[in-house]
Amino acid sequence: MKIVKIIAIILLVAFVGIQFIPTTRNQSDTVPSTDFMLVNNVPETIQKKLQVSCYDCHSNNTQYPWYNKIQPVAWFLEDHIKEGKAELNFNEWDSLSSRRKASKLRSIIKQIENGEMPLDSYTLIHSEATFTEAEAEELINFITQLKDSL
Amino acid sequence: MSKLKSTLGIVAIAFITLTVMSCKDNSKEQNSTDGDHSQMNHDNSDGHHDGEKKEMAMSGDSNAQAVLNDYFNLKNALVGDDNGKAKELGATLATSLGNFDASQYTDTQQSELKDIVEDAVEHAEHISESDIAHQREHFKVLSKDVIDMVAITGAEMKLYEQFCPMYDGGTAWLSTKEEVRNPYYGSQMLKCGKVQREIN
Repeated sequence: MKIVKIIAIILLVAFVGIQFIPTTRNQSDTVPSTDFMLVNNVPETIQKKLQVSCYDCHSNNTQYPWYNKIQPVAWFLEDHIKEGKAELNFNEWDSLSSRRKASKLRSIIKQIENGEMPLDSYTLIHSEATFTEAEAEELINFITQLKDSL
Repeated sequence: MSKLKSTLGIVAIAFITLTVMSCKDNSKEQNSTDGDHSQMNHDNSDGHHDGEKKEMAMSGDSNAQAVLNDYFNLKNALVGDDNGKAKELGATLATSLGNFDASQYTDTQQSELKDIVEDAVEHAEHISESDIAHQREHFKVLSKDVIDMVAITGAEMKLYEQFCPMYDGGTAWLSTKEEVRNPYYGSQMLKCGKVQREIN
């Protein structure tokens, strides 16, 4: 029984301990002038959808739910955001060359078409991020237009 | 004795609480990790290994020809419907693109090449971790990048720009041989396409 006590204490200490390890928060008050919404004429419905479905991981500002402040969930999230921003950061959109923009837009279209984005792990918690068929079509039409106008 | 009992009781409660809590966290994490994350990790490590291996074999090769050779190897893997080999060769190509040295070109050419290489690396990396349908999607844009690169750097050998009107609204690629072997359809439509331009 003594061993159980020791294990319990170790676990408790570890759980409390990891809460003190600082994580980088992906939060920012300012929207840079290179933001996708600022440089493109994006219809309001699409703006809203992008904010809700994409910007948490693909911009410099994440809306954190409370449980994402608890370890080890916070680590997992930090990792995802880092990866998401490396692939595509809507805030830095206009710093990309036309070639890169075309590539990104093409990927957005494909990923929405194939239902690969938003990730299942994200829509599990954020059900409002899911695209209905009509929303997907609207977005794809808009992105296609944007790509052709580059 | 009763002291021991109550201590044991407290410990037991603490332990159960902890177990439940940690289970909850775990399951939450696992749920949300499911599929994408573990897969990503797996694929990443695959690509990474290959990259490292090839990098050692290819050190010093920093010209456009090295990029072209790796591009053609990748193209041939796609012609052969070989997903695994294309993954490996995608990583190889990403490495040779990364090693590409543009310093001998003019400033405008350099910035153009930097842009091309940056874009191409991303597609090559994706190819190193995707299924074959995705690989072909990325190969389409990669081919455009490589064609644009050759327009600046030239090539040592004769090249054929080929074109398949059926794939994704019409898609081009480069080949060293005149006869058409279609990397976008492979065995499904091996000879679909035509030579639309000869280079050199």
